[in-house]
Amino acid sequence: MPTFVYMTRCDGCGHCVDICPSDIMHIDPTYRRALNIEPNMCWECYSCVKACPQNAIDCRGYADFAPLGHSVRVRREEEKGTISWKIRFRDGREKTFVSPITTKPWGQAIERLADLPPPSEEEVNSQQLCFEPEALKIEGGLPTISKDKFKQGVYY
Amino acid sequence: MRYKTVYEDCDILVVGGGMGGCGAAFEARHWGRDLRIVVAEKANIDRSGAVAQGLYAINCYMGMRWGENQPEDHVRYARNDLMGMVREDLAYDMARHVDSAVHKFEEWGLPIMRDPETGRYQREGKWQIMIHGESYKPIVAEAARKSADKIYNRIMVTHLLMDENHPNRIGGAIGFNVRTGDLHVFRAKAVIVGAGGASHIFKPRSVGEGMGRTWYAPWSSASAYALPIMAGAKMTQMENRIVLCRFKDGYGPVGAYFLHLKTYTQNAYGEEYESKWYEHTKEMVGEYIDHHPTPTCLRNHAFLMEVAAGRGPIHMVTTEAFQDPHKETVGWENFLGMTVGQAVVWASQDIDPKYINPELTTSEPYVMGSHATCSGAWASGPEDISPDEYFWGYNRMMTVEGLFGAGDALGGTAHAFSSGSFTEGRLAAKAAVKFVRDHARDPVKVSDEQIERRRREIYKPLEHYEIYRNEIVAGTVSPHYILPIHGLQRLEKIMDEYVGGISVNYMTNEPLLKMGLEKLRILQEDLEKVGAEDLHQLQRAWELKHRVIASECVTQHTLFRQETRWPGYYYRGDYMKLDDENWHVLTVSRRDPESGEWTLEKAPVYHLID
Repeated sequence: MPTFVYMTRCDGCGHCVDICPSDIMHIDPTYRRALNIEPNMCWECYSCVKACPQNAIDCRGYADFAPLGHSVRVRREEEKGTISWKIRFRDGREKTFVSPITTKPWGQAIERLADLPPPSEEEVNSQQLCFEPEALKIEGGLPTISKDKFKQGVYY
Repeated sequence: MRYKTVYEDCDILVVGGGMGGCGAAFEARHWGRDLRIVVAEKANIDRSGAVAQGLYAINCYMGMRWGENQPEDHVRYARNDLMGMVREDLAYDMARHVDSAVHKFEEWGLPIMRDPETGRYQREGKWQIMIHGESYKPIVAEAARKSADKIYNRIMVTHLLMDENHPNRIGGAIGFNVRTGDLHVFRAKAVIVGAGGASHIFKPRSVGEGMGRTWYAPWSSASAYALPIMAGAKMTQMENRIVLCRFKDGYGPVGAYFLHLKTYTQNAYGEEYESKWYEHTKEMVGEYIDHHPTPTCLRNHAFLMEVAAGRGPIHMVTTEAFQDPHKETVGWENFLGMTVGQAVVWASQDIDPKYINPELTTSEPYVMGSHATCSGAWASGPEDISPDEYFWGYNRMMTVEGLFGAGDALGGTAHAFSSGSFTEGRLAAKAAVKFVRDHARDPVKVSDEQIERRRREIYKPLEHYEIYRNEIVAGTVSPHYILPIHGLQRLEKIMDEYVGGISVNYMTNEPLLKMGLEKLRILQEDLEKVGAEDLHQLQRAWELKHRVIASECVTQHTLFRQETRWPGYYYRGDYMKLDDENWHVLTVSRRDPESGEWTLEKAPVYHLID
């Protein structure tokens, strides 16, 4: 389902251009609105659909194998922490789904490592990564194994 | 030239801001508080890499806190699935750290499902846990953004730069901004390649409007391989391409269906078929067919044989499981969370898996390093566990000094998936910080001459197009240039027909591979004449060049390994059996950056002894 843009809804804000991983959402120079310039390089990832503040972007299944008359619509709401989907089959049946996208207030839960105390020399020279061993949540620290346990040959 | 040059001098440059690159940027800050850490990303790190769309499962989690699995168990699992061959030191090292990454993801807000009875993470299978991961990538990207000094989005990195003060040492990277066209020169003391593996090197099943609906993202353009190869780094297991058994047309994932929903496969006549091919497969691979779980490639093999015998298509039996409303919801949300396209295919074709058993297919081959395959750069392991042949000073450092890798870029580390790729980025970053500190008095030199040489190469497709465009009235046919899409389709056709793609049922042999190499050589000559009409096409031109270099490496490796190690992924018609006597080894290649000549060698496989 390559994406397409509804002429009357798009205001040319460019959010889709900023987010598209495939660099295929561009602003049309004549209409000053977004369009998919390369539908055959669209992964139908929905990044642009989710990012559009005007709900102006939709997908129509790839012409090679998807008959017309279906839709898969989405609304992603960061402040609510949810994503809602509505699937409409060609024959008119509908299914809806709602899932969480985060458990924390958006953009506030992640620490700045630069604000933490710097690591000790001992930690620098160990095999530990940041927040280890605590973040492993196991007794006895980071697992290790003797070099002698690795042997050459066709056996295991 | 109308574009300006932007210089960035940094200590650590991360190329590619996917899961591996974000892990690297995050971790580098912890160990390198006073270092300048920079990320260069082709798209926008909020939605880039293979996890851009989201994921519904984290496929690599030990669960050591609950005694579920230990790192050794994961090593055994990964090597078994890859028919005996992975870098077990790298696999062990990733596995012992991966749980801490997953625990951080949960703290950062990633919704991980819990088993209501045990309170533990909800298991999909032995290694997989289930998540509501639509925002997996934006969450992880935030961690990277809060750590890095600067993130450059929309930079297509075309080449690594070499230090001219020391032989075989990295000096940074160069590329262009796909919006402004400016040349970006990154001079760095260490570089971590976190770029993507390769979709679109083999012809996809869908070649029309749907050609973008590949299993792996179409923006995974093999930069993970081309960048190190062009810098002269050694590569390993590049022949080990992967073929995926997936829902037809949309390539929707089957993991949750098999493992959690307990759906199963049958042929067109409702028969179980895998057991029928047991003796036949045993003839080819010996006792590997008796291993549990059955290696992914061997299950593919039974699928292919059954279809070739005229009893296709293969169906997934969903109609039983989907009577349970909870399982039905999981089945749909699984797609919506990571492969929306499959939901669209089913909606458009009125396939409701509650009433219809959907078709499965086998995909075109992909080259990548983080799923059930392990192509990538030959890299050092950690000092505390790696055998001597696998250790040269810094964990995850390639054979070019100061050049590190994570995710798809790292060879020999199968089954890392998203969490393992992030973890590999962390491991590479800690080692890169150490490398920078150890070489603090040893500055790198990148001369203007080196930059100028690359600059001319980078913009050549734009100039070439400009010169010859007005020779023709209009349209896409010129006697003097080909467009990136033309070159891509030629590449896909060569790889498909000569190197074992879908149209030949994944079959190749020495004569075919040698012909394929010759055609790839000529394609590379023609790519000197690729034309780009704008910056977007310039990005496509460089993605294509990366894909072609990686494809040459894949073909060289496929030619070198004279056996059929992974039936179901590809077949060497001239050596149809697995050959442990001669080929229980890792293949390692190097392309001489000056001459373009390849050398290949065997490297030992070290196994963890029970």
